[in-house]
Amino acid sequence: MASRDISETHDWFSDSARLHIKRRHAADRRLRLYGIGAIGLAIGLLAVLLGSLILSGHSAFVQTMVPLEIYVDPDAVEPDNVGGGNYRKLVRDAFQDLMPGEMSRTKQRAYLDMLSSGAPFMLRDRVVSNPSLIGQTVSISVPFADPIDQFHKGITPRDVPEAQRRVSDLQIGYYDQLLERGLISAPFNWTLFTAADSRFPEMAGLAGALVGSFYALLVCFLISFPVGIAAAIYLEEFARKNRWSDLIEVNINNLAAVPSVVFGLLGLAVFIGFFGLPRSAPLVGGMVLSLMTLPTIIIATRAALKAVPPSIREAAFGIGASRHQVVMHHVLPLAMPGILTGTIIGLAQALGETAPLLLIGMNAFITSAPGGLTDPATALPTQIFIWADSPERGFVARTSAAILVLIGFLIIMNAIAIFLRQKLERKW
Amino acid sequence: MVAGSATGRPAGDANDEPEGTQAMSEVEVLEAVKPESSPATRGGPNLSATTAPRARVVARDVHVYYGETHALKGIDLDIHKNEVVSFIGPSGCGKSTFLRCINRMNDVIEGCRVTGEITLDGQDIYARELDVVQLRARVGMVFQKPNPFPKSIYDNVAYGPRIHGLAGSKDVLDGIVEGSLKRAGLWNEVKDRLKEPGTGLSGGQQQRLCIARAIAVNPEVILMDEPCSALDPIATARIEELIDELRENFTIVIVTHSMQQAARVSQRTAFFHLGNLVEWGETEQIFTMPNDERTQGYITGRFG
Repeated sequence: MASRDISETHDWFSDSARLHIKRRHAADRRLRLYGIGAIGLAIGLLAVLLGSLILSGHSAFVQTMVPLEIYVDPDAVEPDNVGGGNYRKLVRDAFQDLMPGEMSRTKQRAYLDMLSSGAPFMLRDRVVSNPSLIGQTVSISVPFADPIDQFHKGITPRDVPEAQRRVSDLQIGYYDQLLERGLISAPFNWTLFTAADSRFPEMAGLAGALVGSFYALLVCFLISFPVGIAAAIYLEEFARKNRWSDLIEVNINNLAAVPSVVFGLLGLAVFIGFFGLPRSAPLVGGMVLSLMTLPTIIIATRAALKAVPPSIREAAFGIGASRHQVVMHHVLPLAMPGILTGTIIGLAQALGETAPLLLIGMNAFITSAPGGLTDPATALPTQIFIWADSPERGFVARTSAAILVLIGFLIIMNAIAIFLRQKLERKW
Repeated sequence: MVAGSATGRPAGDANDEPEGTQAMSEVEVLEAVKPESSPATRGGPNLSATTAPRARVVARDVHVYYGETHALKGIDLDIHKNEVVSFIGPSGCGKSTFLRCINRMNDVIEGCRVTGEITLDGQDIYARELDVVQLRARVGMVFQKPNPFPKSIYDNVAYGPRIHGLAGSKDVLDGIVEGSLKRAGLWNEVKDRLKEPGTGLSGGQQQRLCIARAIAVNPEVILMDEPCSALDPIATARIEELIDELRENFTIVIVTHSMQQAARVSQRTAFFHLGNLVEWGETEQIFTMPNDERTQGYITGRFG
């Protein structure tokens, strides 16, 4: 068969040719629209998530407070036993003084219950840290109890029947009086960041969880960063490609896909059960998290090492550099931005990981921030888990607030990753 | 497969064959040879001897295998002191592979096996006790694509002396850097910006920087793997001049696809084809009266 010249048989401007071109353009447009639709959906869902969190969590960032003038009576607080003084009485007396006139016992109890049970501890902490306050008058703002806090923020509405709300009509009466006299304020809730966990929502904070997460991530970084880079360098620069290296590669990729709860069980059995490390400790938490972060770092590092142009390796080998010198002087510095990005993303994953920490007991009720790697602690995600599980109304908003704090940290870490990548990347 | 001969060459390469070859008549080849045809009058090497005592690199029965592929099939070749030898031949013929045997760069390639014997100054370079790092300091290399380190110009040149511990003090190192850049003909262009990155130079300057980097460790032999294939004609001419100057101090082996270049810069030429060393001898003789008809066919552009 003789070959044919297409220009003789095909008319580029016929109707069928035009239709063909039209269809191709339509397909291009459709593909673009699908993509825009998918991105729109993703952004929309993210907006819904953040919107609902902010909506339910914003109220936890302020706390309803009342200012008190408390005379620290030397009779109630003895200078040689500052911590053991009767601060409860001092706070109650001062609060009582705000509402002059006789009260029946029932009314008095209802009135005093409006104040947080944690208020005496705030006064005690203040006096313990500065014993010269004994015998003087202290100005201190103390939080209201959770029901009043919720009422002030409008979360508990006024118009539901008394039996269905935790604020009695009597308390609302007192609240209105105090509000009228300008004694109720709602400043920024620093307690959320300075206090550790508490049974009382108005006294509960994230400090313990933040410190616990910091220690756990520190341990995780110190283990997984050097080990991950060393493993990746060996696999990429030294190991010969054979069945064994393939096996290792497949297993590392599988390890990255293992559910995190399994690592938690492993940590429980090996680190706590076999090696006898303490429970609930950030040390163990970090070790478990590093098991999860290692594959991520190894994979990211290998990708970064692969991306270094072979011409740089050749140049270094050609001048007589040893393998060690080629890696340390040329390949690793060029791969560093990618390695750091991968590491920070791995650590951000570890920061949000909950299941393995639950299994090693980092969901304990800890009322003070850990002082070291082996002290019992919680972490941010487990704190969220604990608060989400708590019955008090005030923890609903605090759970959302804690999630916002966690997301804030994740955004900061990703921003650092992007910054490092742009700062360190060398162009050639 | 065969490393770095045909693969990865930039498109639109000015020196690319075979078009240039086919366009060049035998007369032009002769003319290109002429200026170089009287090396003996300059006290140049005695080219008639085959295994003269002045042979620097001697290869005997060298075979190279890449996995199952038999890439080089028994190469016997001598490379003499202070002479430029060019390797020519079609893509995939093994000339780059043989070049990389001389400084054992093939060691880096997985599945590559070398048999036979190559000696440098009488010393077997594939001997167990030989340190490959030291060998590569004695046999420098310049690559097809200019590949300066993404460091300053100074650090690029100083890198070799530093890792081999050749410079005891900063002053000595400064001297080596200046001397190397001068010999590479780059000093006047970069002396005021030694701290700037080497990657900011033009292509031709980068390649001269790579040559300066190679000669900074004072090697005995310099291997050049198509050093001009990524450069424009002006930069190419500068490199060729430079090669001629460097011949006084170094032995140079150059792989090239440009026969004019081989004719211009080299005293001896070796023609490779399908893993065999078909013919080698004085450049003039190879280009004017080759003994083998394959050589004849290649240099006249009948295949390539």
